[in-house]
Amino acid sequence: MIVVKDLSICLGSFSLENVQLSVPQGSYGVLMGRTGSGKTTLVESIAGLKKISRGQISLGDRNVTHLRPAERGIGYVPQDGALFSTMTVHQHLAFALVVRRMHQEEIARRIDQTSHLLGIHALLDRKPAGLSGGERQRVALGRALSFEPTVLLMDEPLSALDDETRNQMYDVIRRVRDQTGVTALHVTHNRHEADELADLIFQMDNGTICEIQ
Amino acid sequence: MTSANSSENGNRPQALSTPAHRVGSDVPFYVGLVVLGGSYVVLLAAMLAADFFYTSVDHMLAALTKPAIQYSLKLSLISCSLTALLSLWVAVPIGYLLARHRFPGHQLVDAGLDIPIVLPPLVVGLSLLILFQFWPFRLSADWIVYQIPAVVLAQFMVACAFAVRTMRATFDHIDPRCEQVALTLGCTRAQAFATVVLPEAKRGIITAATLAWARSLGEFGPILIFAGATRMKTEVLSTTVFLELSVGDLEAAVAVSMVMVLTAIIVLVIARVWGSRDLQM
Repeated sequence: MIVVKDLSICLGSFSLENVQLSVPQGSYGVLMGRTGSGKTTLVESIAGLKKISRGQISLGDRNVTHLRPAERGIGYVPQDGALFSTMTVHQHLAFALVVRRMHQEEIARRIDQTSHLLGIHALLDRKPAGLSGGERQRVALGRALSFEPTVLLMDEPLSALDDETRNQMYDVIRRVRDQTGVTALHVTHNRHEADELADLIFQMDNGTICEIQ
Repeated sequence: MTSANSSENGNRPQALSTPAHRVGSDVPFYVGLVVLGGSYVVLLAAMLAADFFYTSVDHMLAALTKPAIQYSLKLSLISCSLTALLSLWVAVPIGYLLARHRFPGHQLVDAGLDIPIVLPPLVVGLSLLILFQFWPFRLSADWIVYQIPAVVLAQFMVACAFAVRTMRATFDHIDPRCEQVALTLGCTRAQAFATVVLPEAKRGIITAATLAWARSLGEFGPILIFAGATRMKTEVLSTTVFLELSVGDLEAAVAVSMVMVLTAIIVLVIARVWGSRDLQM
């Protein structure tokens, strides 16, 4: 469950005041809004990447407001994927598990599981430079899911994809949602994308969020 | 009304029609670029060719058999390599801090780091000499000033500024988002830096080290003032050229200059090949 209560953020001339948001456990929330409305800022503050001036962020029954990003246990997929150019797909999927000092056998098992779930098993030895847009987003999603987070944040993950790849990604994301039961918040300004994936749709306008579906 | 009708009919009035556009040739543009840029390349090539034709392989080999020149070549190679390593040791953290963080005095530090680049080299040497008159530097003056460590320190003061500039530009060009993703994956700042940022900066690091190395090889002014030009002691290749010139042995000076040119070319080629191979991996 993601709960944002009375959140205020001030970044130079841009600010968000008293933002409220709640995504129930296991639900897939889609956050919509115009460019510059603060969607990315909100997602980054939930991930711990932006400092907030006031308010509270809870994940399940944990208050994570003052925790560092690494301590929040959130899977994060940024807009462009932000893949590590020097690492192979295998290393991307292993990254969070190596940081957590897991056993090699367990890392291998999880990589096998995640790569099959996302259909990237054949890409494990490739580096980002050789991947298509859809493959890059699958890898970014796999990297975010590799350590089995309870919360997944995705910032316009499909915005750079063509229609056919986007349709394939809908299936991938539905499969992830069904098999992992992760609570997700997905940012987009594509209404069709929201209708395809969302359990809940939120609209962000002038710093206020309302649930529209 | 008439105008609207004529537009609808596709018969636009003559006065509004766009005249045919004749696209000029791109050749003059490229000729201009080649002439302007080429003049420098030709001058550089001619200068090196003149050196090469003034001396001969025999002269260069003869110069290399002199113990003093062998010593200065060895000291140059060692001191330049040491300077390059020391420069990286400092330039990587400074470049990263300047690129990623805003702190009080950020702009002042940023501008101040260019001082060794704009200062006359002699002034850098003189300033080092004066610095070692003061406590606590004066405590170590006996084993630094006019000694071999002074050669490295004099080279380092200038070369490091170039390495810092390179590393700052390198970190500026690395997307901070990758680092942020690493943080969400469970990394501390240090882990994100070591596992994500440093590997991405590898090519910049090689460039910074190469630049620092090459700048050190050509350093002369600060070394002359701060380390002196004592044969078989603080003599590096640039000092050798000066010493050979001062005793009127122009051929030896040119031969040593060519050794410097060849050494620099070898190091730059190795660094370039290593850097591009690393990029392809």
